[in-house]
Amino acid sequence: MDKPFRRRDLLGIRDLTAAEIVGILDTAENFSEISNREVKKVPALRGKTVINLFFENSTRTRTSFELAAKRLSADAINISIASSSVTKGETLLDTALNLDAMAPDCIVVRHGSAGVPHQLAMVSRAAIINAGDGANEHPTQALLDAMTIREQKKQIEGLEVAIVGDILHSRVARSNIHLLTKLGAKIRVAGPGTLVPTDFQHLVPDGLTVCPHVEDAIAGADVVMILRIQTERQDAGYFPSLREYSIHYGLTNERLDLAKKDAIVLHPGPMNRGIEIASEVADSSRSLILDQVKYGVAVRMAVLYLATGGNPSQ
Amino acid sequence: MKLLIKNGHLIDPANGQNSGKDVLIEDGKVAAWVGRGEELPADVEVFDATGLIVAPGFIDMHVHLREPGQEHKETIASGCAAAVAGGWTSVCPMPNTNPVNDNAAITRYMIEQAERAGLANVFPIGAITKSSDGSELAEMGEMKAAGAVAVSDDGRPVPNAGIMRRAMQYARDFDLPVIDHCEDKSLSSGGVMHEGKISLLLGLKGMPALAEDIDAVRDIILARDTGTHVHIAHVSTMGALDAVRRAKADGINVTCEVTPHHFTLTDKAVEGYDTNTKMAPPLRSQEHLEAIIEGIKDGTIDAIATDHAPHHADEKALEYDRAPMGITGLETAIGLAFNELVNKGVIDLVRLVELCSVNPAKIFKLAGRGTLVPGSIADITIIDPNLTWTYHNADSRSKSRNSPFDGWEFTGAAVATIVGGRIVYRR
Repeated sequence: MDKPFRRRDLLGIRDLTAAEIVGILDTAENFSEISNREVKKVPALRGKTVINLFFENSTRTRTSFELAAKRLSADAINISIASSSVTKGETLLDTALNLDAMAPDCIVVRHGSAGVPHQLAMVSRAAIINAGDGANEHPTQALLDAMTIREQKKQIEGLEVAIVGDILHSRVARSNIHLLTKLGAKIRVAGPGTLVPTDFQHLVPDGLTVCPHVEDAIAGADVVMILRIQTERQDAGYFPSLREYSIHYGLTNERLDLAKKDAIVLHPGPMNRGIEIASEVADSSRSLILDQVKYGVAVRMAVLYLATGGNPSQ
Repeated sequence: MKLLIKNGHLIDPANGQNSGKDVLIEDGKVAAWVGRGEELPADVEVFDATGLIVAPGFIDMHVHLREPGQEHKETIASGCAAAVAGGWTSVCPMPNTNPVNDNAAITRYMIEQAERAGLANVFPIGAITKSSDGSELAEMGEMKAAGAVAVSDDGRPVPNAGIMRRAMQYARDFDLPVIDHCEDKSLSSGGVMHEGKISLLLGLKGMPALAEDIDAVRDIILARDTGTHVHIAHVSTMGALDAVRRAKADGINVTCEVTPHHFTLTDKAVEGYDTNTKMAPPLRSQEHLEAIIEGIKDGTIDAIATDHAPHHADEKALEYDRAPMGITGLETAIGLAFNELVNKGVIDLVRLVELCSVNPAKIFKLAGRGTLVPGSIADITIIDPNLTWTYHNADSRSKSRNSPFDGWEFTGAAVATIVGGRIVYRR
């Protein structure tokens, strides 16, 4: 579907070039200062409408998008649909067409099924921003992770990044793998064999290694990214118990000591303390988990601004 | 009433015929082959087939006609209209109707509905187990007497090897082939596409190729044990194909079919999340597609069948992982076979006719079909191998529009379909 003048979707990191990613990050950096002002509002998106359409529960991401829209003076509306529209007898297409009829400029969508933002983008005149679709992508999470890393390490090229946990079901891992390898980082992933298929090696042309053990991935890393373990995966038989998971795959101080001395720790939240990450790691100075949340607002301001027609870095 | 198909190129592989011959039809049967220059009988309607291929009627061994029970997707009449427009003179509907075709009354009903429509022949496939729930055997003998040509639980394959073995032993009494949709659901359940690089990339749950391989190997072992003719539906993996190839070499009574979409598309088509790329078995990766092409070439694959699976647009307009499995296929099959097989030199026209007519007739033991020898039934597919045309979902005769081939251009088409001596479709 042809979008109105200069309106652009953000469906995933996979479709972006390195230059486009850097453009978003630079724009986000310019916007980040607004959140430190006494009056946290600029008129950049005045008169624009943003709909946050969340089919999955989310506090952090939805709040972050809402704040981002409001700090740019857009009118933001939240629609939370606990389960899929299917249960109400409305197709995804109908939901999209109904919202589109109200002429929003931007629809931010989160959905438990991969590909929903792509399907909406086919029929919607509004710019579609993916706020997480099934196990596919979560582009703004990867962008805020990159911003956090860039603030700390100055550049991403050449960094060694470990991603640990449930890679198979993680949209955060996918978006980060695309983003960080496009910007020249080397990534090592590890976790239980049931959740880290060796085929993952081929996800990107190069820069990605699947490691047999968590320790191999963490050793010498500049950045250690821990993924949230969904407790329902235990019921699905991917691992025998949370206890065993925490012992063999959890990030403890001992495991973190294998990384570089100045390594930083990221987690997309919400954390299961004592399972995938020990509290002493989460609360240590090496953990930048709250910085991630902070930069999340700036990244989403940049994304909303660019999606509705703004120029990078203005 | 006499009809003469004149000036065409007759391909009748069952009789080694592959040259210009006119075919005279009388009372629904092939009356004679007439050489060029021979004197014509009087009062004959003439069909000019100059430049066209005249072949025994194509038989689609695997369709879903949705009647009874899901007439909003397709009826036997609409499905047969799509069939004849695609060059198929006969179609064999799977039993996953509602209620399931697991008894003679439903088998008879389907045949009667087809007779009312008066287009294609319908040869129903009965269920293996009652309600296709995999537990008790259905009344195969009664269904056979009512006109069923095979048994299958298709999309709900019998998971229990003991029951499948018994089904094969019992089906043998009635000389019914057992068709299996090979899928070990303990390995594939919840999957929505082929498991591999692309499913990982798209974050969609995969159905591993080995789910098909394991079930195919099981069925072949059971076929060897029981001696029953086992037909593997829509083979899509190299593993299953290799198993069939070895089984045939070992003299086991096994045949298999392939769908046009499995020799045309790969899992790359799923990028973009178009739900018209979702079916079971799923579109596989390139290496599997290449193996399938090889199997078509070397004769391991016996038949082309569409697995025509109409779904209403509302049902397909869902999230990828919620949309139902299946695509329509009756009207695009010949176009795809020409584009991907004949025009690329994978097979010649004789082999195409074997795959679409001779072998399906043989597998289902359809007497008087799959050939145009004088005395046989006058089911005829007339093909223009040079006609370039474009398929549009909007023009489909099916009640459903769920084809991924909307807007595709083909060279090669059925231009007339004759069933029982009657021209039921003309392009």
